[in-house]
Amino acid sequence: MANVLINAPKTARRGETIELKALILHPMETGFRPGANGTIIPRNIIQDFTASWNGVEIFRMRMSPAIAANPYVSFCAVASESGVVRLRWSGDNGFAVEESVTVTVT
Amino acid sequence: MNKRSLALALGAVFFASLAAAQGGADRRRSGYQDMGPALQKMQDDDTANPAMLFVQAGEALWKQKVGAADKACADCHTTASMKGVAARYPAIPAGADKPVDLEGRINLCRTTQQKAEPLRPESDDLLQLTAWVALQSRGDPIAPPDDPRMAAVRAEGERLFTERQGQLNLSCAACHDANAGKKLGGATIPQGHPTGYPLYRLEWQTLGSLKRRLRNCLIGMRAEPYDYNAPEYVALEAYLMERARGMTMDAPAVRP
Amino acid sequence: MTVLATRRRFIAGAAVVTLLPLDAARATPETLAAAIRAVTGDAPLRPGRVALDIPPLVENGNAVPLTVTVESPMTAADHVTAIHVFNEKNPQPHVFDARLGPRNGRALVRTRIKLADTQKVVAVAETSDGAFWSAGADVIVTIAACVEDPT
Ligand code: HEC
Ligand code: HEC
Repeated sequence: MANVLINAPKTARRGETIELKALILHPMETGFRPGANGTIIPRNIIQDFTASWNGVEIFRMRMSPAIAANPYVSFCAVASESGVVRLRWSGDNGFAVEESVTVTVT
Repeated sequence: MNKRSLALALGAVFFASLAAAQGGADRRRSGYQDMGPALQKMQDDDTANPAMLFVQAGEALWKQKVGAADKACADCHTTASMKGVAARYPAIPAGADKPVDLEGRINLCRTTQQKAEPLRPESDDLLQLTAWVALQSRGDPIAPPDDPRMAAVRAEGERLFTERQGQLNLSCAACHDANAGKKLGGATIPQGHPTGYPLYRLEWQTLGSLKRRLRNCLIGMRAEPYDYNAPEYVALEAYLMERARGMTMDAPAVRP
Repeated sequence: MTVLATRRRFIAGAAVVTLLPLDAARATPETLAAAIRAVTGDAPLRPGRVALDIPPLVENGNAVPLTVTVESPMTAADHVTAIHVFNEKNPQPHVFDARLGPRNGRALVRTRIKLADTQKVVAVAETSDGAFWSAGADVIVTIAACVEDPT
């Protein structure tokens, strides 16, 4: 089960700027840390986070190993029309998770 | 070796700050009060507190049918019935003679009610379920049970808390009673109250139990941590809960 | 042994297990400058318009909350196209790279970052007219006590 927590207002006035917040469970292993036997734990990070509103990309973030474990990202969006905000995380070892929320614009 | 020299420098001020005078007023403070505003904010905001990821997973487990009995926690318990539960464990369950902590109580239901394997200590599933149950007591005062049989358990916990142990010959009390509020390296020594467990510790980069926290302190004291299922933890937890009686539950908390 | 000496040993022990391995690849002020130049090219880096909100002192470098906001109308004609964050002493100078546009309404990014040590953090914003604006902050990272042995 993808473990994601998204926080977005369910409704917004047309043209209003809203803030969207997202948390995802992920170790963000840097690739610089030694493990129990002294060898380096291989890197395992999310590299890309994107957000689209009704299919149009509105925000993208390229992450490095310096993003904290269980990444938290928050950004703003203009509530242009009612629709689906789709968030996508992808990264090392084929990691790919998609979750969406619906915002009703009044 | 920057961190190390910084730690040594700050270590020198370990005894420089003044001890809080023992007065009549309640001088107890939770670990939350010892954190900076950024971490307090992280804990307070459920949309930012990373522990809420685990709570969400715990809620899903709560509703999942498991074991030979094919029963979910939610088949026998209402969410409302879990209010205040985390605030009174460790306790001695009905029909038993030994105290269990909240994780132990949940595992009792796993084995006796759901007819399933117990969850491993510190496993994701156990932490997530415990976090979800503990959240239901948020804001409640810590209220250990009046059960007279618990007195001996707490006394044993107090003995373990005040007894010197480990290669550094330190006791828990030497830090958490005598030197709370002072600096150890960069960290403020908290009074060591169990208000927020299980919690998200930045050092762990994940959720952990009060046991894991106690193990960290034991390792810091250069003492051999007890085995995960050892009764010593339950005794220490029972003593810590009594010591924190009346303080407010704020699980799942965030700590450095 | 005095009590203070005991405490010192305790701290030194705690510090050792939290240290990153000494790594030749650690970002330095030069690699930080080079990483910024790789983004800005020959364009000048101007101070201003960017606000970097990060606590000056953190109890643990594993998750340091950070907010970058940029003064901008965020219109089609005049907006922020990217926000980059860099650090001085992690093994790599890049922290993140965010792409924005008029659909964001407000040029804001919040996240949490890892800081391996006390160091400088720099935020650079790129605007639609090709200019680069920046702000920096120093963060003191203290070490956690009573950490567990990694083995
Ligand atoms: C040398 C000092 C020292 C000793 C001895 C010590 N601790 Fe701690 N303890 C700390 C510090 C420092 C922290 C906080 C660490 C941090 O936040 O980085 C802490 C944290 C805790 C906490 C967590 C409090 C919270 O707010 O979550 C508990 C509980 C605790 N200790 C109990 C104990 C017990 C029980 C013992 C004895 C087995 C013990 N400690 C021994 C220094 C000590
Ligand atoms: C088949 C029914 C059943 C199932 C399934 C079940 N329990 Fe229980 N649970 C009980 C009974 C009966 C008690 C004892 C009530 C008492 O002593 O008053 C109990 C007690 C508890 C308590 C202690 C409550 C208190 O007030 O001290 C907790 C916590 C608890 N259960 C959690 C869980 C969790 C978590 C699950 C799922 C992993 C679960 N239970 C599954 C029947 C069940």
